[in-house]
Amino acid sequence: MTIKKMRAIPGTTFFDGPMSTKGYPVNKMFYSFNSKEGRDAFVADEEAYMEKFKLNEAQKQCVRDRDVLGLIREGGSIYYLAKIGPILGLNVQDFGGLQTGQTTEEFQAYLDSQGIGKNNG
Amino acid sequence: MAKIVGGIGSSHIPAIGVAMDKGLEDTPYWRDFFQSYVPLRKWFNEVDPDILIIFYNDHGLEMFLDKKPTFAVGTAPEYENADEGWGINPIPPVRGETELSWHIVNELVENDFDPTVCQEIKVDHGLTVPLTLMYPGKDYSKVKVIPICINCERHPMPKLSRSYAFGQQVGRAVESFGGDQKVVVMGTGGLSHQLDGERAGIINTDFDTECLDKMVSDPEALTKYSLEDIVELAGGQGVELNMWMAMRGCLTGKVTEGYRNLIAPISNTAAGIQLLIND
Repeated sequence: MTIKKMRAIPGTTFFDGPMSTKGYPVNKMFYSFNSKEGRDAFVADEEAYMEKFKLNEAQKQCVRDRDVLGLIREGGSIYYLAKIGPILGLNVQDFGGLQTGQTTEEFQAYLDSQGIGKNNG
Repeated sequence: MAKIVGGIGSSHIPAIGVAMDKGLEDTPYWRDFFQSYVPLRKWFNEVDPDILIIFYNDHGLEMFLDKKPTFAVGTAPEYENADEGWGINPIPPVRGETELSWHIVNELVENDFDPTVCQEIKVDHGLTVPLTLMYPGKDYSKVKVIPICINCERHPMPKLSRSYAFGQQVGRAVESFGGDQKVVVMGTGGLSHQLDGERAGIINTDFDTECLDKMVSDPEALTKYSLEDIVELAGGQGVELNMWMAMRGCLTGKVTEGYRNLIAPISNTAAGIQLLIND
C-alpha cells in the first residue's frame, strides 16, 4: 500500500499528511510566532531558535535565504509561514511576488487584472 | 422553537480587520467592499439575532498540527481572541451559548457526526473578522456566538458533501431546540484564492459566481466537485467553500437571496458577500 497522492496541479503543493510530517518542525517554529516572546527570540538569534525547533539543514537554509517556495517544498504550511511575514516586514502580496518571480507591484497588478466589483475605487 | 432566520456568507481575511482598525473603510481600495455590508447589516440589525453560529477555520491560533480537529464545536460560555502574530488587534471576549451548543453536539453525535467538543478555545480572525463586520463598533455584547471550526488547512479535509450534511444536521438541531431564539448562521472565508506556490494569486470570479448562484438554488450541485477540483478551479485556499456549504446546509426552509456582491481583489482573494433568507 502507498499513501494516496493528490492530483498534480502546476504551481500547487497540497499540504497533506506526508508534507505535514516533513514540515512539522518548521511549522511548529512559525506557530511559536503567535507570541511576542517567540518573535523576539527568533529575531535575537535565528540559528539558536531554529536549532531549538530541530529544523533540518534544508529547512534552515530556506529560512536563512527567506526562500518561501523552498519552505513550502520543505513542508511549510502557508498558514504558519504567514506568521513570519510581519517579522520580515512582508505582507501576503510580498509573499505572492516572491513566489511568482514578480515584484510586489507586478503581483498586485496580476491580482487587479482578475478584479471585479470595484466601482467607486 | 429556535428559528434560523438566515445565513450570511462573508470573507474573513485579516486585512479586513486591519483596515477596520486603521479606519480605511472609505478609501478607494476598500470602499466597495465595506459598502456591501451596509444592506447586509440593515437586514441583520432588523433581525437582531439572539444567537450567531459561525462556521470558520482556525489558521493556527488555537489549533496547531499536533491536534487538529476536522470538525470542532465550541460549547464555552465565552471565547477569547489573541495575538496571531501579524498585528491585528485582539477583540474583546465573545459570549458563548452553552445550552444550544450542547444540544447541537448531542444531536450531531446521535446522528453519526462526531465533532471535537471544545469547552475552551481561542477564536481567530476566521471568526472575529466576520463578527466585527456585523458589529463594526464591536458592540456584540448582546449576541451569543457558537463557533464551529472546520479544518481547511491540512488534507484530508471534509468533502463539500460532508460539510453540507454536517450543516444540515446543525440546522435540524437548532430547529428542534425549545425556545424562541432567532439564529443567524455565517459561513466565512473564500472565495477563490491561493496564497502559496508559483500559482499564488489566482482568482476565478466565474467559478465564484457559479458558487454564489448554486448557494441560492441548488447547493447540492456543488457537492459534485472534489476538493482537488476546488483547488484547481478556485485555488489552494478555495477549499474554504466548506464553511459556506455548512452554512447553507443549516438553511432547511425556503431560501431566497437577500443580497449578493463579489469583489476582487480584496487582499489576494475574491470576497463573496451573500445574504440568504430562510423562510
